[in-house]
Amino acid sequence: MAVEKDTVLEVENLNVKFVLEEETVEAVNGVSLHIKKGETLGLVGETGAGKTTTALSILRLIDSPPGELTCDKLEVCGKDVLHMTTPELEHIRGSLVSMIFQDPMTSLNPVFTVGQQIAESLELHENLTKSQAWEKAEEMLELVGIPKERAIEYPHQFSGGMKQRVIIAIALACSPQLLIADEPTTALDVTIQAQILHLMRELKEKKNTSMILITHDLGIVAETCDRVAVMYAGKIIEEGNLDEVFNHTIHPYTEGLFNSLPNIKNRRSKLQPIHGLMPDPTNLPKGCAFAPRCNYATDACRERSPQMTEFGGTHRAACLAYENPGFHIERGKKNG
Amino acid sequence: MADNILEVKHLKKYFKTARGLLHAVDDVSFTIEKGKTLGIVGESGCGKSTTGRAILRLIEPTDGQVIFEGKDITALSGAQMRAMRRDMQIIFQDPFSSLDPKKTVSQTIAEPIIENKILKDKAAIDAKVRELMKTVGLAERLVNTYPHELDGGRRQRIGIARALAMEPKFIVCDEPVSALDVSIQAQILNLLQELKEQMGLTFIFITHDLSVVNHFADEIAVMYLGQLIEKAPTEELFDHPVHPYTRALLSAIPIPEVGIDRPERILLRGEISSPIDPPNECRFAKRCNYTCEKCHASCPELVEISPGHFVSCHLWKDFI
Repeated sequence: MAVEKDTVLEVENLNVKFVLEEETVEAVNGVSLHIKKGETLGLVGETGAGKTTTALSILRLIDSPPGELTCDKLEVCGKDVLHMTTPELEHIRGSLVSMIFQDPMTSLNPVFTVGQQIAESLELHENLTKSQAWEKAEEMLELVGIPKERAIEYPHQFSGGMKQRVIIAIALACSPQLLIADEPTTALDVTIQAQILHLMRELKEKKNTSMILITHDLGIVAETCDRVAVMYAGKIIEEGNLDEVFNHTIHPYTEGLFNSLPNIKNRRSKLQPIHGLMPDPTNLPKGCAFAPRCNYATDACRERSPQMTEFGGTHRAACLAYENPGFHIERGKKNG
Repeated sequence: MADNILEVKHLKKYFKTARGLLHAVDDVSFTIEKGKTLGIVGESGCGKSTTGRAILRLIEPTDGQVIFEGKDITALSGAQMRAMRRDMQIIFQDPFSSLDPKKTVSQTIAEPIIENKILKDKAAIDAKVRELMKTVGLAERLVNTYPHELDGGRRQRIGIARALAMEPKFIVCDEPVSALDVSIQAQILNLLQELKEQMGLTFIFITHDLSVVNHFADEIAVMYLGQLIEKAPTEELFDHPVHPYTRALLSAIPIPEVGIDRPERILLRGEISSPIDPPNECRFAKRCNYTCEKCHASCPELVEISPGHFVSCHLWKDFI
């Protein structure tokens, strides 16, 4: 059971649908994830890939109706989240699992001081008295680099970067086992982003927290994560450690993402965008969802849905083209 | 003498606020050669968008001159300026709010053609709209669709088609790809690059994304709190940045590669200070790791330290 203890999150075959009057949005289609203690997983993909829905599902924050969540297994630190009652869920949200949202401008309550907002979760989860919680809140502020005198100030008195620090303080106040950060720096400027990522790395190491970092920025993944999972149309299509995914890319979509990025070292290199658009989640194509945009797609790809396959080490990907033993993508060739 | 299409001299834009005078753009000067792209980079609130708009007089500059093809456009009357805008266009950041939701694609693209009386014959306008749609890669079947039916990339293509309808010589692109996903972003960047080459357009490309300007611009101007603090040809700026802010900014770019030697990240203290009634000192002094007495005593001038490389820092000699 030692292995089990080491696993902070286990998700198996997660499916989330939003059933609307006229159509059904298939947001997440069979996602499996596992995260070990102290590990950071980067969840990468473009708008509409299902990253945020996956994250919200872990906290069971999907509204039903219209959301329909089905899952074979959803466990956080061995606790069955899937079958928890609402009070049980409220107990683990913020204490066992915390979430940082993208937009620091709207995730704080404008009518409470930042100190009160940090103290709130401490009072709820740690059974502290008001004054103890306040003291701890001041401590948390200092930890994220804000002088504790500012605990009595309101969110509007803080800049974007400072607000995101406050949110990190709230998220980490009860020392959660798992932190889900949904695009935590997307709304921030690069120099502030560098500060926040540095802070998150530091705190994570200090507290040995596991983290899911949702982002569209492969640069942030390269600098912050241990493992990466690439999502497309509600599925994980490639997963592995950084070296595997970045230097030995398997999936044509992952390759397309890399080729779309301007190369900072070789500015003359032409961008190779992925042609076409993300498929409509209310009307996903038969077979591989990426096939319509894929340069390597064959008839088989338009017919059958690919399954996650092992490619050695911890590297897994879902691509039918590899059924042909001689197949490799361009980037793969380049990387040897 | 280089063929400068645009010369900006001591451009200033101040806004009156309840708390004092906000120096959004504070004495910015630069030139752009015909057919080149100048990237303006900086963080939120540095005045890059205000600069772009003040150049087009979409907001009236407080002071300074904007000389376009030898003519000072800040002195033009409203009607003259209107005619001038045919040559000077803008593409906005947010393709979701910059289009009229009640107009179809063809109506949106035809609007500037009709407004400016470029073509009068309905069939000719129609043909022009179709031609523009083809140029920017919009399928003909989309001609009667509305913006809400389209994704961000296609909406941005409409914005580009509208700008091109005037057959301009010069376009200000204000964060044209910031709202788009990377795979779509690359499509739009390639389109802009092709248009630039085919039509010999001159661009000002405003962005906060340094890897995008690195790819797209010939020259880069870095702004901080309303001022231009460094300007150089793109390769020079990336290879030999001088200003401490530029160096911190470049070091903050996350590089999407694994197993490389990362340059050491320079972390800045604090955040951008207030642009309201800024004191007469280096605007960056509060966050700079090298601040000395000189920096608090006066605001540094922009000096040319090597051909085409301008820096505004008292201590630049220490950094080359």
